[in-house]
Amino acid sequence: MNAPVNVVQVNDVSKRFIVRKDNSIKERIVNFGRGARYREDFWALRNIDIDIRAGSTVGLIGPNGSGKSTLLKAIGGIIQPTNGTVQRRGRMAALLELGAGFHQDLTGRENVYLNASILGLSRKQTDTHFDDIVDFSGIESFIDTQVKFYSSGMYVRLAFAVAVHVDPDLLLVDEVLAVGDEAFQRKCLDKIRSFQNEGRTIVLVTHSLDQVTDFCSRAIVLARGSVVFDGDPVDAVSVLRSGFDAAYEAEGSGHGTFKQPLGERGNITAVRVLDRSGLQHRDFATGDDLVVEVDVESVTPLAKWAVGLHIDNPLGQLVAGATSNSLEAKFPRLDGCARVRFDLPKANFGGGEYGVTVAMFGSEDQEIARSTDGTFFSIAQHSRSWGPLYTDVSVRFETITRS
Amino acid sequence: MAGVQMSSAEREVALTQAPWQDAGATGTLFRGSFSSIAEIWQRRELLGMLTRRELKSRYKDSALGFLWSLARPLTQLLIYYVVVGQFLHAARGIDNFAVYIFSGLTIYTLFSEIIQTGTGSIIANSGLVKKVYLPREIFPLATIGSALFNFLIQFGILIMAAFFIGTLSFGPHLLYAVGALAVVLIYGTALALILSAVNVFLRDVQYIVEVVLLLLMWGSPIVYSLKAVSGFFPDWLLQIYIDNPVTLAVLGFQDAFWSPTGEGGSPPDLALRMVLIGLLGLVMLFAAQRLFTRLSGNFAQEL
Repeated sequence: MNAPVNVVQVNDVSKRFIVRKDNSIKERIVNFGRGARYREDFWALRNIDIDIRAGSTVGLIGPNGSGKSTLLKAIGGIIQPTNGTVQRRGRMAALLELGAGFHQDLTGRENVYLNASILGLSRKQTDTHFDDIVDFSGIESFIDTQVKFYSSGMYVRLAFAVAVHVDPDLLLVDEVLAVGDEAFQRKCLDKIRSFQNEGRTIVLVTHSLDQVTDFCSRAIVLARGSVVFDGDPVDAVSVLRSGFDAAYEAEGSGHGTFKQPLGERGNITAVRVLDRSGLQHRDFATGDDLVVEVDVESVTPLAKWAVGLHIDNPLGQLVAGATSNSLEAKFPRLDGCARVRFDLPKANFGGGEYGVTVAMFGSEDQEIARSTDGTFFSIAQHSRSWGPLYTDVSVRFETITRS
Repeated sequence: MAGVQMSSAEREVALTQAPWQDAGATGTLFRGSFSSIAEIWQRRELLGMLTRRELKSRYKDSALGFLWSLARPLTQLLIYYVVVGQFLHAARGIDNFAVYIFSGLTIYTLFSEIIQTGTGSIIANSGLVKKVYLPREIFPLATIGSALFNFLIQFGILIMAAFFIGTLSFGPHLLYAVGALAVVLIYGTALALILSAVNVFLRDVQYIVEVVLLLLMWGSPIVYSLKAVSGFFPDWLLQIYIDNPVTLAVLGFQDAFWSPTGEGGSPPDLALRMVLIGLLGLVMLFAAQRLFTRLSGNFAQEL
């Protein structure tokens, strides 16, 4: 095998946005000379250096505002970096927004040709793919209707169908994989997999960390415009989940990299909610003794590890949480399977549904596995009070006289 | 390339041979312009489609369709002919006043439409500019395409009118029309590029443009004759007035379709002036393209 072939080279790229607060001539003239007060600099990207190999699938992850989309746009040439250069080769297609360039007044057919042309296909090439595109989108009967009459689902399906039939070497995707119904989503994900098999390079911005571990061969974590981690997707997800933000801030400098993960691996194999006698249940009453049982296994031997528990209500609010560290429990070295039990005696949950999320941490407290809403339980409703916390509420009345 | 499924290894080999490109538009002086033009040429099919989209969507769902694009110039013609020509007696001394007005109006309308729709073109396509990389020049150019189409319809009417009224004759003076068209296209393109880019950063521009276009309309001898001006202006001011590219184009069209003898008072060296102003326009077009490229890097974040 010869040297790896790169398709994208990002060399020391920085991007500064100037946030202006005055936008009309009048305001600019009035504020002339005091410009600095009416503008603010904001570095969306700082000194990014990335090479992307042909055939790899790279996930860009990070919290909102970390610069992932900006970086993707810089790679796509949509925004020009303030410093540094971006170079790429081969044919590129950017899927930053489905149906960008669809014109409301044109029919589906006309829009397919227009959009394909925007993505770089010639008319002749579109002709050869046209039937496939319509077939993939599954909206044959509406293809000659103006797209303004389409439902939003039909709209994105057609747009996605066009985009995946462009023959790109490099595909940039920005959070658009979650479109359509479940069947269509599966179709999209299959298409992405076949893209990978054909050796196409995919750069993907997403908030769905499951997608990152499922699809990507490499993940880059961004925070405040800098790369804090670049490497294996599982490690990247753990960096992102371990609340790296605090650690990052502690460094205090403009940029820095996160400490390298240790390559520890483990899995959560089962999560169960049991009653006092050890029977698995779904329905409980307030004040019952609950036991959350977690089965874990190590993939690499874990010298120091911990397990965390979150109980959330259906709105995603944390109702109760603890980790084995916060409970000051030490577990012995793990090499194989183990079972961890959290006891919640006389749990005073109010009536309602609760989800149980369990995570497993490695020796540096980095997250190595997570089971989001791994199981559910419900607490019977009370007629006397409501809310996530149950207390025995009572009420009294007395008259007061004003002095 | 399309249609043939490449294996992963083949694709890798193809990629090693592919040249590195800078993402986005490049900044170097002459090479930058050259590569921009090459890029636009590559995407000419898209340019055609965007032009057609512009035309199709404009009169979509209306029963008369393209005929509406004639409503405005024909109404203008009627107003100027009746009000300015007859009521205000501007038609006195100008034979075939209708053809006179319409030849000037046709070429002026092209210019004004290019500038007006061109100025708003980047903002109108902000969805695309923000989400897809295309050579951004395509958007103002597509509006020029649709303006040209409307111009052609109007031009057809002008030719027919000139033919039936009898002012159309064949001869070298018809070349004035070609020159006029070239001057308008050069200046229209240059200004559309500059204004569309600046308009992204300062939205006031589109309103200024409307006012200036109105000034330009009355600043060229469309509904009055040049003779009326020459008696009024001192010579140096008159020269500036004539060398205004819109005036030159209007005079060119009048000489071509209304009267080949320069009855309207157009200067005898009209052809030379057109060539010089046209060359100056080419320099301006080059500068406009550079400016556009310079500003286009920041379009996506400003919209």
